[in-house]
Amino acid sequence: MSSIAKKKGFGASVWDYLTTVDHKKIAILYLAAGGLFFVIGGIEAMLIRIQLAKPDNDFVSAGLFNEIITMHGTTMIFLAAMPILFGFMNAVMPLQIGARDVAFPFLNALGFWLFLFGGIFLNLSWFMGGAPDAGWTSYASLSLASPGHGIDFYALGLQISGAGTYIGGINFLVTIINMRAPGMTYMRMPLMTWTTFVASALILFAFPPLTIGLFFLILDRMFGANFFDHTMGGNTIIWEHLFWIFGHPEVYILILPAFGIFSEIFALFSRKRLFGYSSMVFATVLIGFLGFMVWAHHMFTVGLGPTANAIFAVATMAIAVPTGMKIFNWLLTIWGGSIKVTVPMLYALGFIPSFVAGGVTGVMQAAAPLDYQLHDSYFIVAHFHYVIVGGVVLAILAALHLYWPLMFNQMLSEKLGKWTFWFFFIGFHMTFFIQHFLGLMGMPRRVFTFRADQGWDLFNLISSIGAVFMAIGVIILVINIIITVAKNVPVGNDPWEDGRTLEWAIPQPVPFYNFKQTPLVRGLDTFWIEKQEGNKEGMTYAEPISDIHMPNNSFIPFVMTVGLFVAAFGALYNGEKTWAVPVLVLGLAITLLSMAVRSLKDDHGYHIHKEDLMNEKGGK
Amino acid sequence: MSHDAQVFVKSQTEFEYSKRKRKEAMRSQITSFAIMIFLTLIAFSAVAAGFSKYYIAPIILLLAAVQVVLQLYYFMHMNEKNHGIAAFFLYTGALFAFTFILTFLTIIWWG
Amino acid sequence: MDFNTKYTPQTWPEHPEQVTLEGKNKFLGFWLFLGGETVLFASLFATYLALKNKGPSGMEYSTQTLFELPLVFVMTMLLLTSSLTSVYAMYHMKNHNFKGMQTWMAITVLLGLGFLCLEIYEFNHYVHIGFTYGQSAFSSAFFTLVGTHGIHVVIGLVWIILLILRNAKRGFSLYNAPKYYTASLYWHFIDVVWVFIFTVVYLMGVVG
Repeated sequence: MSSIAKKKGFGASVWDYLTTVDHKKIAILYLAAGGLFFVIGGIEAMLIRIQLAKPDNDFVSAGLFNEIITMHGTTMIFLAAMPILFGFMNAVMPLQIGARDVAFPFLNALGFWLFLFGGIFLNLSWFMGGAPDAGWTSYASLSLASPGHGIDFYALGLQISGAGTYIGGINFLVTIINMRAPGMTYMRMPLMTWTTFVASALILFAFPPLTIGLFFLILDRMFGANFFDHTMGGNTIIWEHLFWIFGHPEVYILILPAFGIFSEIFALFSRKRLFGYSSMVFATVLIGFLGFMVWAHHMFTVGLGPTANAIFAVATMAIAVPTGMKIFNWLLTIWGGSIKVTVPMLYALGFIPSFVAGGVTGVMQAAAPLDYQLHDSYFIVAHFHYVIVGGVVLAILAALHLYWPLMFNQMLSEKLGKWTFWFFFIGFHMTFFIQHFLGLMGMPRRVFTFRADQGWDLFNLISSIGAVFMAIGVIILVINIIITVAKNVPVGNDPWEDGRTLEWAIPQPVPFYNFKQTPLVRGLDTFWIEKQEGNKEGMTYAEPISDIHMPNNSFIPFVMTVGLFVAAFGALYNGEKTWAVPVLVLGLAITLLSMAVRSLKDDHGYHIHKEDLMNEKGGK
Repeated sequence: MSHDAQVFVKSQTEFEYSKRKRKEAMRSQITSFAIMIFLTLIAFSAVAAGFSKYYIAPIILLLAAVQVVLQLYYFMHMNEKNHGIAAFFLYTGALFAFTFILTFLTIIWWG
Repeated sequence: MDFNTKYTPQTWPEHPEQVTLEGKNKFLGFWLFLGGETVLFASLFATYLALKNKGPSGMEYSTQTLFELPLVFVMTMLLLTSSLTSVYAMYHMKNHNFKGMQTWMAITVLLGLGFLCLEIYEFNHYVHIGFTYGQSAFSSAFFTLVGTHGIHVVIGLVWIILLILRNAKRGFSLYNAPKYYTASLYWHFIDVVWVFIFTVVYLMGVVG
């Protein structure tokens, strides 16, 4: 089989992406799909802020407002932030450890399609009788009472996309454990890889409880079970526990990769080794572990009793210690460095004060008695937007600029990038800082409007204006991307000039088989070491050029996912439409059959021959 | 991926040796199976005999734990090398599992 | 050295499931998956324990009136023995005795089918006497916990049957050895979960 890619028509390109198992292409798919959902979630955010811009507003009705906030939260967490981070992990992590590909390329593709179809299913609710309206936490006491099919869309959609995330997590873990290049010991792995590792471990243990919780919800609402119905002996607190057992690790699943991205940026643009590397690794692992022991701090006001509240309060405060270690390590990385203030670095510098602010309010809420005051107020809204926007979204925007040249062999405009940063950064603080005070003044979370005599109008207006600033920032970013793609100026190797880790050592554009020869890693920041020693080629190799084994593309992941997508409609209308059960069975049959085909049909992949590699001179 | 698999021809002695090793390992598998059956019998008969539940519950839980350890270490070969990471993740999972069950038994608000 | 290389007992590696990179990845990935499964079943057990014997007021069903230990004992013996037979299958895989492995895998399937039939009989019996899925929180939790285990049994059976049929004429290769190995790991894990089910659900249920 010929192994070198040729120029293709449009149809062939689409087919290529539908069947790809290449981690770099899957990364682009994650980025595109996650970006789309990010825009949808952003529009929902704007609708919220328009509604709250003035008192007694009737821009949207109360019911629609509930649907919008629910979908905003769910979309941003599950369909935007996590997939985009998965995109960067896919693009960068295998290159960073010098792997040929991920451990399970087929499952990698499957994970993506599951996420996408789950997301589409969830968003179809808008057009099929109303979106979910019980908040992104979907507490059972609310969600069991919710009429229509909104909650069913939520439970089934998240079930499908959650399965994709779970698969992706296992895939990353095995890749990092088994496929590191020679010399890449655990304590030489870049922080991006370490955080991917720990976040994936969190996914491994956090998603099963969510799966179970969602199944209970599905069974209760669609199949006549009684897990949460207290008249039948059920207990709604079980949902809260299961949701937060997942939900708290979930925020670390989001923030740890963000930490990883910023760790890369600080070292890269301070042109200095990351300060306290081993303590950074330790802190990452510790945060990951403690993340599982604190979920009940979301439930202080449930009435779990003072003992339970005290235990969870102390555990929560303990997380501030490793996080603080990280902040100081970053500061000391910059200290005395030869700093280049590029766009990614700007985001990183903006991240530190923003995230610290979010962390401090987090510690405030960890004090259970104070939490009784703050619970379900805008203070909470301000807090989690400070950590998620000030941490995760800033990291995503930074990574977009940082890794754009690696993914597309082009450079986003620095000038427009700085405009985006300032609009977004100022808008972000304007929107959310003032919400702390709204919370302290008593404005409850999730209200669809307020009255003019409550004294909340000015602050809400300021908050809404801030949101417009953020929107302008994002629009400039989109323009930036369009211009960059249209210009299509190739940037060549080591685009930031000071690359330290392996991913920057690879020739641009990145060959589809990654490194032609497996690199030999000689220390932390191995590419930097080679450059310092005057190695022209940039890398020392661990093996001579030889045949490369590659996996075949496959359409099966797509079909498998379509089966579940169809089955979800069957489950949704169970007991209501006569065709529901046949459709459910049909969908599951499609999935199971395609699994059987995958299992029964041998797929050994193919080899790129040594001669072809030699001719290509670095690959194209 | 396949090119790193080397064909290694064992000498007759090596072959005999590893065969005997496997046989010995199999013997210990059967021993552990016998123990598992025995533990199950104890657990069932303790319940059938109708002792006090405060007495039975901890005992049968302990028996279950022992049985699972045998299952993991002998039947699933966790006693062989190269299982460090598997064990690490399994035990981490088990620790979280224990925490979840503990909280569901104590703090779901009403008994 | 390809996936198609034919091996003899003399050349067959000590750990055929972990020779290729694919095999190593499968092996590790499957263990990690089992780590996740542990948490999954823990959530189900936790919920079951929280909802045990809870129902609408005046509910007549309880663990003490429902469960029949002799049936559970037979089911336990079947599943425990099937765990041993799949150990035998792996023993023969390491000895490069393909026929032996297939035979023991087939016996494992038969024992698993026996277990499954008894479980279906048991569920059917409960539903028949009015302890239906939607009867109470207790019934929902019970059927979901034990039923999830049952679905795992079904998946395991289908998986092993497919493996036996697909490879019937092919003999060993480094391509299918990891598949058999992970299938047997899965089967053992099903047994591990069952140990907790018969202890926590049935035995402790009968004790009260």
